[in-house]
Amino acid sequence: MPDININDIAALAHLDLTAEEATGLQRDLEAILGYVARLSQIPTEGVAPMSQPLAPDAPLREDHIRVWFTPAQALANAPAARDGMFEVPKIIDRG
Amino acid sequence: MSIPTPSVELIRTQIAERQTTATAVAEQHFAAIAADDATDLPLHAYLTLSRERALQQAARIDALADRGDPLPPLAGLPVGIKDVLSTEGIRTTCASRVLENYVPAYDATAVARLEAAGAVILGKLNCDEFAMGSTTENSAYGVTRNPRARSRVPGGSSGGSAAAVGGGLCVAALGTDTGGSIRQPAAFCGVVGLLPTYGRVSRFGLAAFASSLDHVGPLAHSAKDCAYLLEAMAGHDPLDATSAMAPLANYVAGLEAPIQGLKIGVPREVFGAGLDPEVEARTHAAIDILRGAGCTIVDISLPSHDAAIAVYYVIATAEASSNLARYDGVRYGRRAPAASLANMYRQTRDQGFGAEVKRRILLGTYVLSAGYYDAYYRKAQQVRALVAGDYQRAFGGVDLIATPTTPTPAFKLGEKADPLELYMADTFTVPASLAGIPGISVPCGLAHGLPVGLQLMAPAFEEERLLRAAHHFESLRGF
Repeated sequence: MPDININDIAALAHLDLTAEEATGLQRDLEAILGYVARLSQIPTEGVAPMSQPLAPDAPLREDHIRVWFTPAQALANAPAARDGMFEVPKIIDRG
Repeated sequence: MSIPTPSVELIRTQIAERQTTATAVAEQHFAAIAADDATDLPLHAYLTLSRERALQQAARIDALADRGDPLPPLAGLPVGIKDVLSTEGIRTTCASRVLENYVPAYDATAVARLEAAGAVILGKLNCDEFAMGSTTENSAYGVTRNPRARSRVPGGSSGGSAAAVGGGLCVAALGTDTGGSIRQPAAFCGVVGLLPTYGRVSRFGLAAFASSLDHVGPLAHSAKDCAYLLEAMAGHDPLDATSAMAPLANYVAGLEAPIQGLKIGVPREVFGAGLDPEVEARTHAAIDILRGAGCTIVDISLPSHDAAIAVYYVIATAEASSNLARYDGVRYGRRAPAASLANMYRQTRDQGFGAEVKRRILLGTYVLSAGYYDAYYRKAQQVRALVAGDYQRAFGGVDLIATPTTPTPAFKLGEKADPLELYMADTFTVPASLAGIPGISVPCGLAHGLPVGLQLMAPAFEEERLLRAAHHFESLRGF
């Protein structure tokens, strides 16, 4: 059985789980990873990992400046904004 | 309740000949949606209606018809858009609480191209939250019902798309497919669903779930209508670095070319445990029809078939854990009130995401974490190469591959609660997603009174062949 500490993983993923959620999700992850363990039985020596189906065949766009959004459009969905910027709670509290 | 379901060509012809107007067609569909909403067991296919935008577009089409100008290919076609694709000025929720009030400032390329080809966008369709699921039960906004049996799921994640087409609430729809999310609901609702080749249709404006697996594609009543939608959407988009330059085919014009002589591979691995006997019987009957049409049926083997689900749930969740990091309450969507930034992130995400999304983010975080990356993520990427290699080898000897789309017909709402059991239902659709090849699900009869889909798959960028075979099959299947 894989070694899972659900609260450590939740902290990495920025998720704040209730105790009840943590118990259920720990059980689910153990079951899913138990199933996934079958991959370890498949010989893959020398097989190159496949990160995407087809290598992109198109050149990148020219690096031109283009106005996508006005600042007002960019901030229109923000939960909090001030002076043309996204506003968030304090990161460092200097007291 | 629902109105008769016309086709791309019928609607365009009727508008051109002034038998109806695009405005009338749109209004008929809005009326059908309202009538369905008022029933005891509504389909609940739409999350948001875009009436104003639809009627403006319909008026543009009607003005062309009034002047006797040539109409664009999708003129007046009422379409619904899965709610993971951005629509300018129209709320786009991804069926998640975390985006409940999000209104994009731009259109997804696929949406813009459909509208440029004359389509009328009626609204945004329900789905599993962030397209994660196989039943549409993971939507934060309630379940969608199957139009063929309202006690059953429409499939997922594009369940709203399949239910809206099948229930006559639009004539065609856009879905997205990461492991079967177009083909599986199409099969469950008795409609046609096309997974294009990876890179064939731009994903600009699609809320990313698993970037190496996400595809945009159409659902409709026929392969021909899917061909029309693909023709309108396909082709390179400078705004999507993964969109392909590969040449396009004439998908509609190619449909009538013969299929005689095509070699169709039938993988022996799919006819085993877990396959419903009636689904198996319908699949064999469908393959017999193709044989009768002059195709050669070839027994093939895909040795890595049984590994595909495990590969998929490692790679898709790893990519999801990274892609969904952006939903943190800073720039858009829901924000939980909290005194510190770190608590704001955690509480926003805990309150904003549903159970399946959390499950996949956690699984993905685990398989990418230090000490497990090689054992899970890198290993899955290697086995993915084996799965894709199976298909590449098989296509050295055959033109198409045929399987059932799903092991069973649609299940009852609430019937499957175990995540792993649900993941297994993707067993026939996941391999094409992993390999990046196109696939289509076409109705091929009933099992236990419910629709069954035949899945056909083709080599990369051979959508023309795929659609042609599906089109011929539709004309021969006898319903």
